[in-house]
Amino acid sequence: MMEQVERIQVPQGPLFKFGVREKAIIAIGLFATVFIVILIAGSLIPEDSLDVDLYNIFASPSLAHPFGTDWVGTDMLLRTITGLYLSMKIGIFCAVTSAIIAVLLGIAGPIFGGKIDYVISWLVDLVLSVPHTLVIILVSIACGGGLTGIVIGVTVTHWTSLTRVIRAEVMQVKEMEYTKISRKFGKSKLFIAREHVFPHVIPQLVVGTVLIFPHAILHEASITFLGFGLPPHEPAIGVILSESMKYLTSGKWWLAFFPGASLVLVSMMVENIGRNIEKIINQKTAYM
Amino acid sequence: MRLRAEEISFKYNNNDKYILEDIDFSIESGEVVGLLAPSGYGKTTLAKILAGYEKPTSGQVVLEGCESRNNGYAPVQLIFQHPEKAVNPKWKMRKILSEAGMPPQELIDAMGIKESWMDRWPTELSGGELQRFCCIRVLSEQTKFIIADEMTTMLDAITQAQIWNVVLTYAKKHNIGVVVISHDACLINKVCDRVVSLTGDKRDVISPHIETNQISASC
Ligand SMILES: Nc1ncnc2c1ncn2[C@@H]1O[C@H](COP(=O)(O)OP(=O)(O)OP(=O)(O)O)[C@@H](O)[C@H]1O
Ligand SMILES: [Mg+2]
Repeated sequence: MMEQVERIQVPQGPLFKFGVREKAIIAIGLFATVFIVILIAGSLIPEDSLDVDLYNIFASPSLAHPFGTDWVGTDMLLRTITGLYLSMKIGIFCAVTSAIIAVLLGIAGPIFGGKIDYVISWLVDLVLSVPHTLVIILVSIACGGGLTGIVIGVTVTHWTSLTRVIRAEVMQVKEMEYTKISRKFGKSKLFIAREHVFPHVIPQLVVGTVLIFPHAILHEASITFLGFGLPPHEPAIGVILSESMKYLTSGKWWLAFFPGASLVLVSMMVENIGRNIEKIINQKTAYM
Repeated sequence: MRLRAEEISFKYNNNDKYILEDIDFSIESGEVVGLLAPSGYGKTTLAKILAGYEKPTSGQVVLEGCESRNNGYAPVQLIFQHPEKAVNPKWKMRKILSEAGMPPQELIDAMGIKESWMDRWPTELSGGELQRFCCIRVLSEQTKFIIADEMTTMLDAITQAQIWNVVLTYAKKHNIGVVVISHDACLINKVCDRVVSLTGDKRDVISPHIETNQISASC
């Protein structure tokens, strides 16, 4: 008997387990820092630093100008950061507006049920069945181009998938005993939506909002590139790209490469932040 | 005031088997009625129907002597079998306790709820501690009937006695009718004026006037 008892041991793991969770936290921290640095740098660059320097036009990448210079000698690194800054502002704005719509409609549908839920689901299906880019171009043109057009265009096309996710979660919470008990205590639907349901959708809401951001900035850049978005005098990445098309055939590759790659990198970074937050929230994968 | 179930039949819509068939049941204000049946006989289902959480497939539940209100505090309150499902895991205990209004301090003390539990999350309390919160929440002046579905099944005898003591004292004082649902004949024998059994010669049919003392002499 004694031998058996002695053999029972609590498994001793290492004190600090470097798992998926820790990696995710480090990735989020790193990328969030880069993101914030770009934002701060972009807001600090004064407009007149984008100077014309005709002695230095079309300089290829060098130490003085890591991203090269353009057709009037402006430093492409500065232009890229300014462009990213604008894109990121638009991306954040679009993500937040889409998320607000998604959380309102995603909760309202199941809570009020009946016709309201039917109409909301129908709207989601409708918007999802139409190609995004087409709608954004149409809305952008209808709003006379510019910032407003893009923000409205991206928002009306990007609230849908998050609405679906939130709606599914709300359907579950709505069936929980504590929400039903709350009804029997005479609590209003508004109270239940705010106090019982909303705390449960916060994780999905955060992940969803972060994941809308890359879509938003890529859409903005492509619409602007096509000429339906921001006007040519804005320091946008889309504008830089369409401008650079004129010089690409003459071998000025850096005009398009660095701004384009930076934009893609930023959107991949944010996508990665979103996925990592998702991993942390989803406890099942957190310790695999 | 009387809570009456008339010829209630019920099936969960996806399958065709009736879980309850032609059940008649009634309880008066101030009465403590036991509802006895083994596991799986539809006790919880009947409790949900009586408290208005489920609509019967046929038959009806009427509350005589009380004008019906669709919204507002329900006069028939159900205490669920599993307290951990009956509280929102994202709420602190203080908020859970006061959802239907903060109960008076002497009631909280009588129920044995400690101040130190108030700032915890539901997962940080034991089932018995949680169930005290669920019980005290329905002890309100507006409650006319309490349906206690296996309210203390997973608790030890002392805790069971404490909780029932508080609930029954409150019910007596405010003339509340209590339906005690359990498969524990001892408990039902101790607390009930009258016992109804879901089992019998004909399964699923309650014969409303089996007297308490017939059921079990073993307690
Ligand atoms: N949501 C549901 N959908 C379909 N069938 C259900 C559902 N809930 C319960 N049942 C079935 O109804 C029957 C009665 O269930 P119920 O929970 O009312 O039993 P019970 O008497 O309360 O049992 P216990 O003593 O274990 O709590 C069971 O056979 C169960 O499988
Ligand atoms: Mg049950």
